[in-house]
Amino acid sequence: MLAEPVIVDARGLLCPMPVIRVQDAIAGMSPGAEVHLLATDPGVQADVPAWCRVHGHRVEAVLEEGDTLRVCIRVRD
Amino acid sequence: MSQRQPRAVALISGGLDSMLAARAILDQGVHVEGLNFYTGFCVEGHTHAVRDKDRARPKRNNALWVAEQLGIKLHIIDTVEEYKDVVINPRHGYGQFMNPCLDCKGFMVGKARQWMDANDFDFIITGEVIGQRPKSQLKRTMPVIAQESGANDRLLRPLCARLLEPTLPEREGWVDRERLFDWSGRSRKPQMELAERFGLDDYAQPAGGCCFLTDPSYSRKLQDLWKARGERRYELDDIMLLKMGRHLRPRPHFKLIVSREDGENRFMHGYRRQFTHLVPTSHGGPLALLDGDAGAEDLELAARLVARFSQGRDAERVRVAVTEKGGEPRELDVAPMAADDVPQEWYVG
Repeated sequence: MLAEPVIVDARGLLCPMPVIRVQDAIAGMSPGAEVHLLATDPGVQADVPAWCRVHGHRVEAVLEEGDTLRVCIRVRD
Repeated sequence: MSQRQPRAVALISGGLDSMLAARAILDQGVHVEGLNFYTGFCVEGHTHAVRDKDRARPKRNNALWVAEQLGIKLHIIDTVEEYKDVVINPRHGYGQFMNPCLDCKGFMVGKARQWMDANDFDFIITGEVIGQRPKSQLKRTMPVIAQESGANDRLLRPLCARLLEPTLPEREGWVDRERLFDWSGRSRKPQMELAERFGLDDYAQPAGGCCFLTDPSYSRKLQDLWKARGERRYELDDIMLLKMGRHLRPRPHFKLIVSREDGENRFMHGYRRQFTHLVPTSHGGPLALLDGDAGAEDLELAARLVARFSQGRDAERVRVAVTEKGGEPRELDVAPMAADDVPQEWYVG
């Protein structure tokens, strides 16, 4: 069974805080794990993928859920 | 040291100088990773995201963009809490405004030293150039930063290294001093030329300009905040709101933050529960947050001011919904203040 994604709730925070929250969460996670970032700052659409690219993680989807953005990230193997 | 590849941690602001410094060391075969510190006063990111007039600008974090261009990892460090002491009690005082540049640099290099030690790196790189900044980048202040941060001779400034004593990475042969630079002064020409040589042409505005504490208007608002509170302290929300809206202080015991456009309006909506707030209902107009304690007369005055910034500024009466902190909204019917009736000294910043 696939593990549930870890939810990082950064709603109401402005960049770069959502990036920092993701960074701190991933620091303690295993390769291949999944993180879902919830955020309201549209800046995450650029900043989180950029941060993932420099660290080798993969953004699998960015979903709009009302006022919330859900960024789905796969931790690098 | 064994034959392993030397490892350097670079302070990356997102500007050109730190980018060039990191690139110069990368080109010498050193493994480089970047650090970027979030203090709450950074101009980057959120301000551009909030204000409508900035929406056409590319939404990018320049430090991350630099890291991508260099092909290095970037670690963004939240220093908001620790940084308060730098702003409130700078050992070396402030610059022209509320900018504690020398203490700030010492703080950041100190944090980089801790990170270096914790992650088994060998030295620290900054993009400092002697004489580039009036307070923090002078030849006499360079050793102060090295000493107070605890980095000592593990702090390498590639862009002006040949004007300084050789550091540990140079003495150990981890980097070739002859391939470092001897720049000084405020000219940007050497930076531009090296950027061209490296094929870099889309960098952020040169040499910083990335901190609100160097902004005179912002600095006045911060001083006003401290004066009104009777003490020098702040929370992250305080310094966020200093970046938003018009700030007017009609009375010593309260201040109004009046949004200037839709982006600020949306952002300030998130703060409604924490503040008494006002919004015109009979006409289009801005959301205003009231910071402080306001009695009935003060609320009437605040409503008249908000009406003055609404589309009903020329109407005889404007209805303004006033919601006191934790209370229910009620409407006040007020005459908008005339522009001439708003004393200039009420404007903060």
